[in-house]
Parts: sequence; structure tokens; C-alpha cells
Amino acid sequence: QSTLVIAEHTNESLTPITLNAITAAKRLGGEVSCLVAGTNCDKVAEELSKVQGIAKVLVAQHDVYKGFLPEELTPLILATQKQFNYTHICAGASAFGKNLLPRVAAKLDVAPISDIIEIKSPDTFVRTIYAGNALCTVKCDEKVKVFSVRGTSFEAAPVSGGSANVEKVTAPSPVGQSEWIEQKLTKSDRPELTSAKVVISGGRGLKSGDNFKLLYDLADQLHAAVGASRAAVDAGFVPNDMQVGQTGKIVAPELYIAVGISGAIQHLAGMKDSKTIVAINKDPEAPIFQVADYGLVADLFKVVPELTEALKKK
Amino acid sequence: MAALRALVGVKRVIDYAVKVRVRPGGGVVTDGVKHSMNPFCEIALEEAVRLRERRLLQEIVVVSCGPQQCQETIRTALAMGADRGLHVEIPAPQYDSLGPFQVAKILAALAKKEGVSLVLLGKQAIDDDCNQTGQMTAALLDWPQGTFASALTLEGEQLTVEREVDGGLESIRLRLPAVVTADLRLNEPRYATLPNIMKAKKKKIEVLKASDLGVDLSSRLAVERVEEPPQRQAGVKVETVDDLVGKLKEGGLI
Repeated sequence: QSTLVIAEHTNESLTPITLNAITAAKRLGGEVSCLVAGTNCDKVAEELSKVQGIAKVLVAQHDVYKGFLPEELTPLILATQKQFNYTHICAGASAFGKNLLPRVAAKLDVAPISDIIEIKSPDTFVRTIYAGNALCTVKCDEKVKVFSVRGTSFEAAPVSGGSANVEKVTAPSPVGQSEWIEQKLTKSDRPELTSAKVVISGGRGLKSGDNFKLLYDLADQLHAAVGASRAAVDAGFVPNDMQVGQTGKIVAPELYIAVGISGAIQHLAGMKDSKTIVAINKDPEAPIFQVADYGLVADLFKVVPELTEALKKK
Repeated sequence: MAALRALVGVKRVIDYAVKVRVRPGGGVVTDGVKHSMNPFCEIALEEAVRLRERRLLQEIVVVSCGPQQCQETIRTALAMGADRGLHVEIPAPQYDSLGPFQVAKILAALAKKEGVSLVLLGKQAIDDDCNQTGQMTAALLDWPQGTFASALTLEGEQLTVEREVDGGLESIRLRLPAVVTADLRLNEPRYATLPNIMKAKKKKIEVLKASDLGVDLSSRLAVERVEEPPQRQAGVKVETVDDLVGKLKEGGLI
């Protein structure tokens, strides 16, 4: 038994969810290898070689991996699989992993399993369905088990103490069906949403995108990331990459503060594993209060600035 | 430019507003529960209709895989603007084990049979939350994929897709034929109007079986158990900001 983890990275550094996927891979038992494909990713390979519990880091460098297109990465993963015969292939359940793994699985003639939250045994996994309203235990009899890992459900693997071998692998010839053009990333000095210790999210109650400034001010006091409900995204207040929920990001910080969010099922799916939940909403009947540890029934436009001030004094 | 045709998948799911309940014997309660078209499939279909309105597409074929009731979902799609429907009928016992991989095999076979240049799907279904079908359909066809699309530009054989990724947006260019999956902000689907609902009744729905397409529906994934997630207990209400700050300090959270 052996597992291949597809590393997600920026060529500069490893994306944190890869460490969660490595922990899941280790839990299966057997040897764990990582595949790093990029344009100039020696740094990432070195970073990975120090992560605890990895036997081998495979590196493929080629200009064709610019933008990490699944059309180009899939043949590389298939070639790697042919060479080493892994029993399991996994990656984090991020936009990268979700885009790539089903393509790999279909080419291997196996059905993949998305976004697992628990490993019962090497062939049995737990995942959520219906926006987290039910847990589904799936047994997989495929010859290769391909799955993506929910980052918040597995600890990050320690980033020091390991000493994996780094090996080069040859990139197959380019497919050339697709081309990466550009990336427009939202600039932010705040921590990244899925790995932040504190997350503050705003909903339709914020009334406008400008009013999110109230949350940014509060976030600056708590070193928090700022998220949003789907309603706030739909209303055009903020971009979609801030969405927390079933179809956005899944977060599980130490502290989650929901401001002006009613608590639709699909939002709860993205945050109900947070350790402590605070809800601020003027409607005492809002369903968010049913999952909140501390609820404050109040006008957010009054109490959020008060809270920011109180924390400044602290 | 040669006129293109598109295949759009529409899945019948429990309506997004229904609070899903786990059945004691396994599975979730579906009897007597409102069903509708998966919201992401609606967005995919709307995009196809807009492309046809701009004369970039010649024909839109919609397909749904499942029991008899899927024809209602197909009718809705026809009323929204699709030209004709395909119902791949899958009887109830087999439908229980039908997963994205089997559906992808059906869609790939149909894309070839119908000679389409574009397969438009939702990025995920809100029942199984798998987010796999589009990627696998693309793989089986060896076509490029534009997943989580928030904007599409079609020029000749070139399709530019703006995608929702974790840190923001990215743009890719695909050579047709291709598979695209729709994310939330691609468009806002229209409502079917009464005259269009009436017209849709005259449009054709062809019924097929998976075996007609040479697709084997057997699955090597088995659901062992479906259960309720642990419930979170509601906590306490605090009266003032100071109370809240006090509680958070007690918990060592700030």
C-alpha cells in the first residue's frame, strides 16, 4: 500500500491544505510520496522534503505546468501512477484539487471520492452530503482510491523533521488543448480564510459592500480573515472567493463571528465545525443563533464599531 | 462560422430550500419532498440560452438521467429555452447507486452521439455535493475543461473562461470542443414564462436507456451508512458588547 499526494503550490511556496492532505495520507498507512509539478518549483520540493512522514518527493518541471492546468497535469499523474502503482492518490479539496482529481480518476477508470472528512479504513471514507445535513460513509472497491481531503478535518503535517528523497520525473509531452492566461487574485494583508484562527463573516445584513469596512476594522483588531455568506456574494457586496458555505469555502477556525447572517443551511455547512461561534443579528429568530455559542441580538451598525473599540482598549 | 450545438445536463434534486432529513433506515427522506432543478444546472442552461440568443449556438439539447420524474426537470429546461430533451431513464434501484462517474459516461457518450461542441454543466449538485461530473466528462472525451466558470467568451473555436479559484479569478483559453461547469456568478437564470411553458409542452423528449449508449452502470462505490451529523447546541445570549468581550476573554479567545 502506498499513497501519492498531489502537492498544491505557487512555485514559491506550498499551499497549506497540502499539509492536511499529507496527514490524511499518513493515516491510511503505507508509504507516502508527494508530486510537485510546476514551472520553477525546487523551493517547494525542498520545503516538502522536510515535512514529516514523506518518503519521496517527485518533481516535474516544465513551462507547460504554468497555471497548473488539469489537461497537462493529468498525463503526468497517470505516468507517475504507471511507474509506481500507488493504491491511493489524493489532494486537498481546494479549487485546485477539485478541478484536477476527478479528471485523473476518470482516466484511471475509477470513481473518485470528494471532500472526505474522515478515514475509517484504507477503503472506507466519510464525507458530507446535502450541505452537511447528512454524513455518508462510502466503501470504495476501486483498484486505485482517488479522493480529495477537507483541510479543516485533518491537522496539518509538521513542516520540519522530515528527510524525504527528492527525485526528478520527466514531464510527458504537452497536450496543448488549453492555455492559462492570467490570474486576478484579491489582494489582502489579512490571513487566508481557510487557515485563519479567527474568521469574521458578513451577510445580507451589512446592506452594502462599503459597509464591510466595519468588519475589516474589527478583523484588524483580531488578526482575522473576513468571509461572507452566499447572500452577500449574490447581492454583489463582495467577491465570491470570500464565500463561506456549501459551495464556497469550508472553514473551522477557533473563533467565528457571524455578522448580519441569518444562517441558511448552506452557510452553516461551511462554518459549523468552528470551535466557538459568535452571532450578531438583530433578528432574535435567526437560525444562526441555534448554532452560536454566544448570541448578541442587536443592530450590527451599532455594536460592531463598539466591539472594535472595546478590543482596541484591551 | 459553423453553428455549434451544446449539451446541457440538468439534475433533479431536492429543492434547495427544503431542510433535508436523514431516514432512520438509511438515506434521506425524499417522498413527498419538493424537488427542482439543481441551481447550478439552471445557471449552465441559462448560459447556453444566452449563447444561442447571441447566435453563437444553433441548438441546445438538455439531458437528465434518472427516474420518470426527471422529465419534469427536462420540461422546465425546455420552457427556459432548450430545444429538445433527452431522458436517460434509470429505474429506481439502479438510480440509488448512480454516481457522477456513471453520469459522466452517459454524458460523454451523448456528446459524441449528438455531435456537440460544448457540454455545459453545473459545477456541483446540491444533493451529493460531489463536484466531479464535468471534470470526468471532459476526461472521458479527452476535451479541455473550464470548471467553476464565472464568465464565458466564445470566439470561433476559442473559448475563454474566467474561473472562480481560491484567491480570486483566473482566465484560461480552451480550444473547442470543451466542457464548462458553471459557478454562481456566471449569470442569473430566468424564470420560465407561461407562454414558454406552453410551448415547451410541444417540444420533443426522447427516452433512452444507458444500455442504448453502451454505458455500464455498475459502481464500485457503496454507501454503507447515511447518518445525522452531530448537532451543535445553541449557547447563551449576551446582552451587551461588554458581556461578549467578557465571555471571549474567559474562553481565552481574545
